[in-house]
Amino acid sequence: MISKNNEQYSVQEMIQANKNKKSAFNLIEKGVPAFLLLCATVSVATTIGILFTLLSETIGFFQNISLTEFYLGTKWSPWTDHFGVAPLIAGTLLITVIAICVALPIGLAAAIFLSEYASERTRKIIKPILEILAGIPTVVYGFFALTFVSPMLSNIFTDMNIFNALSGGIVVGVMIIPMIASLSEDAMNAVPNSLREGALGLGATKFEVTRRVVMPAAFSGIIASIVLAISRAIGETMIVTIAAGATPNLTIDPTESIQTLTAFIVQGAKGDTSYHSTIYSSIYAVGMTLFVFTLLMNILSQYISRRFKEDY
Amino acid sequence: MNDKVNYSHIKGRVMKNAVVKWIFIMATSVALIFLALLIGRVLSQGVGYLSIDFLKNYPAPYIEEAGLFAGIMGSLAMISITAPVSMILGVCTALYLEEYARDNKFTRFIRVNVQNLAGVPSIVFGLLGLTFFVYLFEMGYTLIAGALTMSLLVLPIIVVAAQEAIRSVPSEIREASIGMGATKWQTIWRIVLPAAIPGILTGSILAFSRAIGETAPLIIVGAATAIYSIPDSLFSKYTVMPMQIYSWTARPQEEWQYVAAAGIIVLLIILLCMNAIAVWIRNKFQKRF
Repeated sequence: MISKNNEQYSVQEMIQANKNKKSAFNLIEKGVPAFLLLCATVSVATTIGILFTLLSETIGFFQNISLTEFYLGTKWSPWTDHFGVAPLIAGTLLITVIAICVALPIGLAAAIFLSEYASERTRKIIKPILEILAGIPTVVYGFFALTFVSPMLSNIFTDMNIFNALSGGIVVGVMIIPMIASLSEDAMNAVPNSLREGALGLGATKFEVTRRVVMPAAFSGIIASIVLAISRAIGETMIVTIAAGATPNLTIDPTESIQTLTAFIVQGAKGDTSYHSTIYSSIYAVGMTLFVFTLLMNILSQYISRRFKEDY
Repeated sequence: MNDKVNYSHIKGRVMKNAVVKWIFIMATSVALIFLALLIGRVLSQGVGYLSIDFLKNYPAPYIEEAGLFAGIMGSLAMISITAPVSMILGVCTALYLEEYARDNKFTRFIRVNVQNLAGVPSIVFGLLGLTFFVYLFEMGYTLIAGALTMSLLVLPIIVVAAQEAIRSVPSEIREASIGMGATKWQTIWRIVLPAAIPGILTGSILAFSRAIGETAPLIIVGAATAIYSIPDSLFSKYTVMPMQIYSWTARPQEEWQYVAAAGIIVLLIILLCMNAIAVWIRNKFQKRF
């Protein structure tokens, strides 16, 4: 409180006095950003940690096993010292291809239906139901693949192994349907209605509008969602561990038992592998291969959605 | 030209439109049918084995005595460590990125980094946890190692959710607060955070429900499959619900499938409740500006 009779303060002095009084405040004001920055670096540290973990063990692994044996060898049998990663990669690719064959048509059709054909009411009901599929734990999918899809398929393919790539791949495909459906639908929803109305006004049918106008305009978003879904399928672990078997197998026959990169990591970590043995470090070499695959897919997806984005 | 002639021109195109519409509808229903089959199958197999004893018993060699108690308590213990750790880290990261960070290379790097972390397969986080928490920090196959691994796994999801929630607070109310003489931190603590909390909570609960259903990284960092005690300290051995379901599913005898199905029902009910709470918070407390 300043009354006129009191000694005159200049405004600057008052501000100064105020600042001194608030030194505790100042401490908070300066300390908080530093603390927040510290927290933000945890995510960077996680990335560095992942890279360090994978690289250090992988380098150790390649001191025992040559690069050519790992990448060109065709037999994976770590307990008898065969470290050719090709069968594991083949298994992963087989699962991924089957999964995409299931998820791409269904996911895309669902996206088109929801965004172009369905009424607002239908959309509000079906979309959350599809998202339930995304929330189901993968161990549940694995259980379903092994105890329901496999026995059902073995009615068709009578000589099929109970653990097989087909049932695993189909169920992985179902798991990634909501991802393709909801991301593609977002991309199609972002296409402005004026474009649709223009085409409809010229006499196009809804399907023609979808195919010639909406799909090309949303193309980058759709492709990005598919690439992201592929990355998810490559990294999926529990479904293939439970349902696709544990037999490294260089094959394209989906009725056989196979092993994926991820399933080997589980098998290797579960077994009695001693710390720093070759088998132990082979888990990380396989993990590194997996990490590079998925990272490339994620970067590709981000690149596509940035580079080919149409702005309206 | 009359209407009939006109229609014969476009008849083929209209037919095509009607046909593909039904194809789209059928494809969408395939996904829905699959979901119905999955839930129907699990219910029909598992309901018979659900009982109070199933919730109270430890794992056992006989299906009549097997129970999910250790898993339920383990999941609970894990989430009660993971939730505060990942939320504090996640919200602070988001606050830094949205409120304080200047637009420089380092900030962009953190942003891209969070995005990419969200796409790393969960099993790779397991390898990270195995090297750092289990071996390097000598925690061993303990609850704390599993919970910290899980915290890092859900961190990017929480950061993204928190960022969105903070961004949706309009800048007018920030400016009003600053204009009234509040400092930056006072504005964030008393204005921005309270307005963003519902969104942050919704996103976080969804992230935690992912953590509860996650199995792969916990296998790597050594969650037990069968254990006869509940965790009583940070360094005790533990199991979680999905681990128990996995171990029952992996048994060759068919009758264990029914036990696994019963476990799945409990897991799904818990996840459903968490999701319902998340939706409820969003609808009840979300402010519209």
